[in-house]
Amino acid sequence: MVDKAIELFDCGHRACGGCGAALAARLVMKGAGKNTIVVSATGCMEVFSTPYPETAWKVPWIHSLFENASAVASGIEASLKMQGREEKVVIMAGDGATFDIGMICISGAFERGHDFTYICYDNEAYMNTGIQRSGATPYDASTTTSPSGSCSFGNKLPKKDMPQILAAHGAPYVATASIAYPADLMQKIEKAVRTKGPCYVQVHAPCCTGWGFEGEQTIAIAKLAIETGLWVNYEMVDGKVSKVKKVVRKPVEEYLKTQKRFRHLFKPTRQDAEIAHIQSIADKNAEKYGIDIKLKKE
Amino acid sequence: MMEITEGSHAVAEAVRLCRPQVIAAYPITPQTHIVEALADMVANCKLDADYITVDSEFSALSACLGASAAGSRTYSATTSQGLALMFEVCFNVAGMRLPIVMSITNRALGAPLSIWNDQQDSISLRDSGWIQFYAEDNQEATDLHIIAYRVAEDFSILLPAFVCFDGFILSHTYEPIDILSQEDVDKFLPKFTPYQRLDAADPISFGMYATPDYYLEFRYETDCALKRAKGVIQKVGKEFGTMFGRDYSALVEGYRLDDAETAIVAMGSICGTVKDAIDEMRDAGKKVGLLKIRVFRPFPDDEIAQALSKVQRVAVLDKDISLGSKGAVALEVRDALYKTGIPVKGYILGLGGRDVRKKDIKEIVSLVEKGIGDQFFGLRKELL
Amino acid sequence: MALAIGCRAKPGKSRDNKTGSWRVFKPIFNHEKCSQCGLCQTICPEGCIHEEEEGFLNPDYTYCKGCGLCSEECPSEAIEMKQEEK
Repeated sequence: MVDKAIELFDCGHRACGGCGAALAARLVMKGAGKNTIVVSATGCMEVFSTPYPETAWKVPWIHSLFENASAVASGIEASLKMQGREEKVVIMAGDGATFDIGMICISGAFERGHDFTYICYDNEAYMNTGIQRSGATPYDASTTTSPSGSCSFGNKLPKKDMPQILAAHGAPYVATASIAYPADLMQKIEKAVRTKGPCYVQVHAPCCTGWGFEGEQTIAIAKLAIETGLWVNYEMVDGKVSKVKKVVRKPVEEYLKTQKRFRHLFKPTRQDAEIAHIQSIADKNAEKYGIDIKLKKE
Repeated sequence: MMEITEGSHAVAEAVRLCRPQVIAAYPITPQTHIVEALADMVANCKLDADYITVDSEFSALSACLGASAAGSRTYSATTSQGLALMFEVCFNVAGMRLPIVMSITNRALGAPLSIWNDQQDSISLRDSGWIQFYAEDNQEATDLHIIAYRVAEDFSILLPAFVCFDGFILSHTYEPIDILSQEDVDKFLPKFTPYQRLDAADPISFGMYATPDYYLEFRYETDCALKRAKGVIQKVGKEFGTMFGRDYSALVEGYRLDDAETAIVAMGSICGTVKDAIDEMRDAGKKVGLLKIRVFRPFPDDEIAQALSKVQRVAVLDKDISLGSKGAVALEVRDALYKTGIPVKGYILGLGGRDVRKKDIKEIVSLVEKGIGDQFFGLRKELL
Repeated sequence: MALAIGCRAKPGKSRDNKTGSWRVFKPIFNHEKCSQCGLCQTICPEGCIHEEEEGFLNPDYTYCKGCGLCSEECPSEAIEMKQEEK
């Protein structure tokens, strides 16, 4: 059961004001509960929560390296099993650690079927090192390694479909969630932790510093991502998509124009073709997952 | 009980007797016979361990790191490229003060690719904070694993340990080996008690980062712990000798060194060849002796200075090269002898499995007598 | 204080870092408008909004960074951001 009142991620951490990842950490721990061992990959969350000796974690927590969280978690799970212990193992890693550098360890660990929950807080770039692109960076986002310029509209590559990749490994439970829907997020974490085997939850966690918006907008922007169809909340049980969050879709432009990482699509001149391409990504999402609520014509 | 067995299998037996609870390893030549033997033991209920068939050496040591932090005795084995792939995790394990024991069947590092023996792999990890034992023969390789756990897990140390033994030369060689009984090992090596562990009943954060206000002191403390390991190795090695008749209290071991004018310093299986060469040279009237380094980290500088205080010259054999500089062992031996003024010459030899024969050792002795050294030895001139 | 072996620490120490000093804008909670829905408490990235007597919510200014998320999301518009006076 989700215990909304429990606080396992403490005050005093050094995240930016309005940080989506910090909120994700708090909410995830409410879903996971106190009988949890957290394994963090190197990244923003690890750094803002654990400068020695000021840990923000009230549960047992371990950080080793950037790319090995799922291998470390494999060892912890094996050890707990041998000791006959009941704690749950939860990995917290950013999208860089998950989509890119950690892939080999993740693939191995999911293939082996360890009983853990892998949570990717997805802020769509390497925020800790200064907003470089990752495999989770969306099309046309300007980052410090995929900058927009006189002959570039930013990141040319599509966002990798990690949930599908991990479902293909046989993960019994895969879900996407957003900090904009805390109750849904907490429930999904609780379900993932309760499900035996390697589970994956990818949490959309906007980054005000990296995306270029004011901290008070974090939830509003996360909501817009869902409402435009650029982020889809769903579950996959044994590889089958279910419980898709349906919306009355808004044009992607409403999401894009809120963030500096997409500013080059509007200034100095509006880039209709690029915006149309991003709209087509949302349209494909809508078709693939069936997110559209059909309104009756008046 | 004496058995004629392969080095890798004897080591696997020793590991089994140490009762590791989690084993994570990735196959690589010439380490494979160890991990295959352990997998077979687990499959036949002769060893109650979780054996994780990982995706890489990097994951192997990472899984051991997690298991150790969660409170289990853990084991891995690797060599060469595998150890290189673990580089990042090696530093991490030591800095996080987790007492993992790992076998290294020493092998050359590419490029060029070579599956044959030298000691470049573990020597390259000399700065990582791991205790490094080097075995001369398979009896020593076997015993050192049991000793390594005792030392690593000592609450005054809490550091990981390599037990290095030469790939193929030892790992694939059959020798008569005294394998201890479970009862004996249990008396020597108690059940694993973690100093601290990941535990929901008593939460601790492991692996936090250190700002410039703290980092220097953490490195200092890890260095102090590694240096303290000298005393613990001496104590534990002696206890092993008292219980089982083979004393490993010495970090360095002399052979016919008492009246030697020329000392050879070496590590690993080459010491056997050196001893035979010394016997023949002694028969011919040459006063030559050997100083074997069994423990390379912590580096036994005082012990070396004391053992070599009376010799006139020293020849150091390195199965490694710090490219652009010299052999790692020679550099450190020279440092240890700096105050004595005794001349030290280094010889890079045996890399990538090149045979080192008794006549080579004799030639090195005549070179060091002439003051010629700090060079590769045994190069095929026709290729250059 | 002696160093902990292996750079480890027990919980509670992050509270030594009083992040309230970062604040530029300060959320002022109007209890008359507050419907006590608890949304602000749920979404605060600091976890520093607490329920007090009679179910009213208040931020702990020792840690509140003044990000304004609570004010932005409050369905009753009961939280007003005011320039911090220092």
